Amino acid sequence: MTRAGLQALLSHWRRNPLQLFTLVVGLSLATALWSGVQAVNAEARASYDAAAETLGEGRYAQITAPGGVIPQDRYIALRRAGWRVSPVLEGRLDGVRVVGFDPLTAPNGFGPVDLSDNALTLDVLLNGVLFGTAEALNRLGAPDVARVVSAQVAPSMVLTDVGTAQELLQADGQLSRLIVLPEQPIRQRALAEVAPDLTLRAPQTGGDVAQLTDSFHLNLTAFGLLSFAVGIFIVHGAIGLAFEQRRPVIRTLRALGFPLRRLIALIAAELLVISLLAGTIGVGLGYVVAAALLPDVAATLDGLYGASISGTLQLRPDWWLSGLAIAVGGTALAATSSLWQLAQMPLLASARPRAWAMQSGARRLWQAGAAAGLLGLAVALSLVGGSLLLGFAMLAALLIGAALALPVILDRVLAFGAARARSVMAEWFWADTRQQLPGLSLALMALLLAMAANVGVSTMVSSFRLTFTGFLDQRLASELYVYADDAEQAAALAAYLAPRVDQVLPIQSVDQQVAGLPAEIHGPAAHETYRAHWLFLQEAPDAWPRIEAGQGAAINEQLARRGGLSIGDEITVADRRLPVLGIYGDYGNPIGQVLVTATLFAELFPAVRAERFGLRMEAGDVSALAEDLRDDFGLAEDNMIDQAQLKAFSLEVFDRTFTVTAALNVLTLAVAGFAILMSLLTLATMRLPQLAPVWAQGLTRARLGRIEILRAVLLALLTAVLALPLGLALAWTLLAVVNVEAFGWRLPMFLFPLDYARLTVFAVLAAVLAALWPARKLSRTRPSELLKVFSNER
Amino acid sequence: MNVRGLAFLLFLPVAAVAQGFAGLGTETEGFAVPQRPAFFDFPADHGAHPGYRIEWWYVTANLEGEYGTPYGLQWTLFRSALAPEPGTGWSAPQLWMGHAAVTTPDAHHVAERLARGGIGQAGATAAPFAAWIDDWQIAGPDFDTLTMTASGPDFAFDTTLTAQGPIVFHGDSGYSVKSAQGQASYYYSQPFYDIAGTLTLPEGEVAVTGEAWLDREWSSQPLSEDQTGWDWFSLSLGTGKLMGFRLRQIDGSVYTSATWIDPQGRTTAYPDGAFQAEPVMRTEVRGNTVPTGWRVQLAAKGVDVTVAALNPQAWMDTTVAYWEGPVTVSGSHDGHGYLEMTGYD
Repeated sequence: MTRAGLQALLSHWRRNPLQLFTLVVGLSLATALWSGVQAVNAEARASYDAAAETLGEGRYAQITAPGGVIPQDRYIALRRAGWRVSPVLEGRLDGVRVVGFDPLTAPNGFGPVDLSDNALTLDVLLNGVLFGTAEALNRLGAPDVARVVSAQVAPSMVLTDVGTAQELLQADGQLSRLIVLPEQPIRQRALAEVAPDLTLRAPQTGGDVAQLTDSFHLNLTAFGLLSFAVGIFIVHGAIGLAFEQRRPVIRTLRALGFPLRRLIALIAAELLVISLLAGTIGVGLGYVVAAALLPDVAATLDGLYGASISGTLQLRPDWWLSGLAIAVGGTALAATSSLWQLAQMPLLASARPRAWAMQSGARRLWQAGAAAGLLGLAVALSLVGGSLLLGFAMLAALLIGAALALPVILDRVLAFGAARARSVMAEWFWADTRQQLPGLSLALMALLLAMAANVGVSTMVSSFRLTFTGFLDQRLASELYVYADDAEQAAALAAYLAPRVDQVLPIQSVDQQVAGLPAEIHGPAAHETYRAHWLFLQEAPDAWPRIEAGQGAAINEQLARRGGLSIGDEITVADRRLPVLGIYGDYGNPIGQVLVTATLFAELFPAVRAERFGLRMEAGDVSALAEDLRDDFGLAEDNMIDQAQLKAFSLEVFDRTFTVTAALNVLTLAVAGFAILMSLLTLATMRLPQLAPVWAQGLTRARLGRIEILRAVLLALLTAVLALPLGLALAWTLLAVVNVEAFGWRLPMFLFPLDYARLTVFAVLAAVLAALWPARKLSRTRPSELLKVFSNER
Repeated sequence: MNVRGLAFLLFLPVAAVAQGFAGLGTETEGFAVPQRPAFFDFPADHGAHPGYRIEWWYVTANLEGEYGTPYGLQWTLFRSALAPEPGTGWSAPQLWMGHAAVTTPDAHHVAERLARGGIGQAGATAAPFAAWIDDWQIAGPDFDTLTMTASGPDFAFDTTLTAQGPIVFHGDSGYSVKSAQGQASYYYSQPFYDIAGTLTLPEGEVAVTGEAWLDREWSSQPLSEDQTGWDWFSLSLGTGKLMGFRLRQIDGSVYTSATWIDPQGRTTAYPDGAFQAEPVMRTEVRGNTVPTGWRVQLAAKGVDVTVAALNPQAWMDTTVAYWEGPVTVSGSHDGHGYLEMTGYD
């Protein structure tokens, strides 16, 4: 009997292959976007973990020096004072991060390199061996040191013995930091006594990089979730309709004595199989999406945060399992109400697919109430603010509230149109559109969300770009930037340049914790250039004169916001307490920055010498000087960057940052278009009874088809009009709430009407494309089919 | 990374003697080899011999607390050379390993350190004498007056050692044969130290006094390939001191050697077979069956004693694991001493 029941149930899909297609494709797309984003995130996180693992950041306390360099004899002194510490030297060579460590004292399991091969280990200690990905090893042009390809080492990083690293980086007797082993002796001399200039830092949970990039990943996740929600709209619609259409079959089966329990189990099993199938397709598609996005994500993270992640995707079991799980879970979510109805259904209830497609007044009331509640919540959250999570909660409330409000508003607009209609045709058009609205509302909600996201994100990105370009023009004031390889060359370079340009501006900086946050301290020489180009967002009276007198510091907006600092607060820089005299905008920089004068800088960090210089000169002389520097002075081409080049590079980094967002935008819009197509196709078959009388009264099939397209255009336009304010609200939230929390800067919002118009055209075009097929189908419907409506009871 | 595997290889020559892993450390590859007759040059020979593959400074002590509680103490520094040259900097081919332990009747505290030579983290100098790794150190103006310290996660000790007798030489004037095939090492001891100091233990500080025994040994190919482990005894028996070891072979036979030291420091060396040691009690230690009670005989001196571990659980859970701890002696003679057993894991 089970078999017969199953056959009867499955026959539905045979008769309605389109519905099955909708279900599978909808679910696949939802799973694909979700799992694609997850794969990208997982890959990036795995890369950070590999890096953090290599560097032991998350697990071990560290000892660091204010200037960044620990003399090796300090390390020996600490060991001999009972400190179980292990040395690490880090540096960059040929664009690769070289990390040296000591295998003998490093904690067990430190560094993802397998040294169980003893001969290899001895080679590491005696001759030096470089471990890294093939790509990183290839980039390293260093002399002949043995190389071992290891996929476990973080990308763009090469791991080696600390002695070898000192040679490669020409840092004889220098270390970057000391890892403090978790197990220390029962007694040891105090750090302040052995090495008063060094500081002990607790393990950094998650590491600096993970903290910085969290917001980026949260953005991606939010997008993935949005796409998934749009997909689930489709699935929910398809499953609901299938249930309604199968009611006669179910009624017959039950009348024949088929147990309800078994029936529910069969349908659930059927859905499980479908969801697994769709999930598998979705995960496969997700892999494609992720593989396509990953290089851009990698470029973005590298450009924005200096975080290296692998450019190649690995299939991780937890990832594809979670993809399948979310497909099954999403189907279960979408099918719950239908299964519940089935369980409650009277034995002989008749099928009412039309009624299903319609909507009860009570339900509409409930929906309007929920929409108002959510929109109210969004407003309330915008007033509270305070965290990234709240920002996203606000976005969610805003978007879902608006989606729920959409059918209610459209219904009112259409009723308004109907009341103004003068001809019978027009009246019928308005009324027919209005009664079709409930069936289309899910698809229209999807379109609304996709469009609003598009408007919001493109407004945010364009506003950001405008501000950023202006900021670059303002900040990159020097005509040419030059870099020396070492202190000796730097001195020679400065002497060489002094008579040749208007002004040589040394650029010196150190990385240090300020207010408990990672920050770089800059000490530019006092020059009109800085005064003119570092504009303050907030400043104390006489800010520049006081900063130039060494009485205080200026900080960037990021540091001010994250550290809760305002004008007049004090910060500690190299044990000196300095009042904050100015706060300046510093877009595109993920970390904090402190500005002091060169004099004060030299006092605070006597060991640090500038190895970079900004050169002020006539713009026309730049190429001649660059040539002299290369041919006469012998400076490598790579060590010179002219202003235009730097700007181009910065903008390139910026543009890549948002390539991913743009791609996800397009995909979301495509899913919404698909939803509309499927809804129209589904409705088309159900609508024959309404259309047949109109046709019988003389309206040709071709005209009916054109009216269908017109209707799609009307609905898409109305939705687009509503999406615009929603999108702008979204943009405001992104700029004023999410950006501030995620990046630490607030940007002015600009409007881009042309972009919005173009987007509206696209949305209407998508709707027309989606309506084209159903309309064509309608215009080709054989008259006999239409006639059947009158003869058949259906 | 796997430091365990590393230490295993690097100190296997040491381990081969100290622990009896056969098959490695039997090649000399340019390293100097002990020659007969042995000639020593002090104080220079108290320092390191980088031309030899392996070397150690090995102190054991039997101590007593204020209320008569017995304690044992071990301080060991091993040197292992990858090439017969001192070298400088990180790539110097000299590696160092330290083991320290404090044994009480019911606890055994152990710590281990690894270091590279060439950067100052570990080393040994002759005059003034110092041997160190990290904060662990034996040092003094000369070899007769030394301070000795070490620390671990749950213990530390600070002691002074004062020699009450001369240095003694094992085997043929310090040329100690380690197998029937003739592998040998240079081997001398200072078994006459009085020791006093403080143990820092989880329960608090304990003032202790007692006797200590320092072994110095270096070589390049100490073991033959068919040896699997060894049992080493240093016993204070009232009428004299006895150093005896038993090298176990794969075929079940043993190679033994012993030195009798009279109270004036005069030595008598005994060839293979004179010294006998048979297990009489075994204990399950960390899943290994280890003989912790022995019948030890040296007929020529009328020695027939039972040697029993103070704490049978004195397992050295270091990268190269072995058993080492204080023992009590009863029978024809009464006394105390130290026992080291390798190759039982």
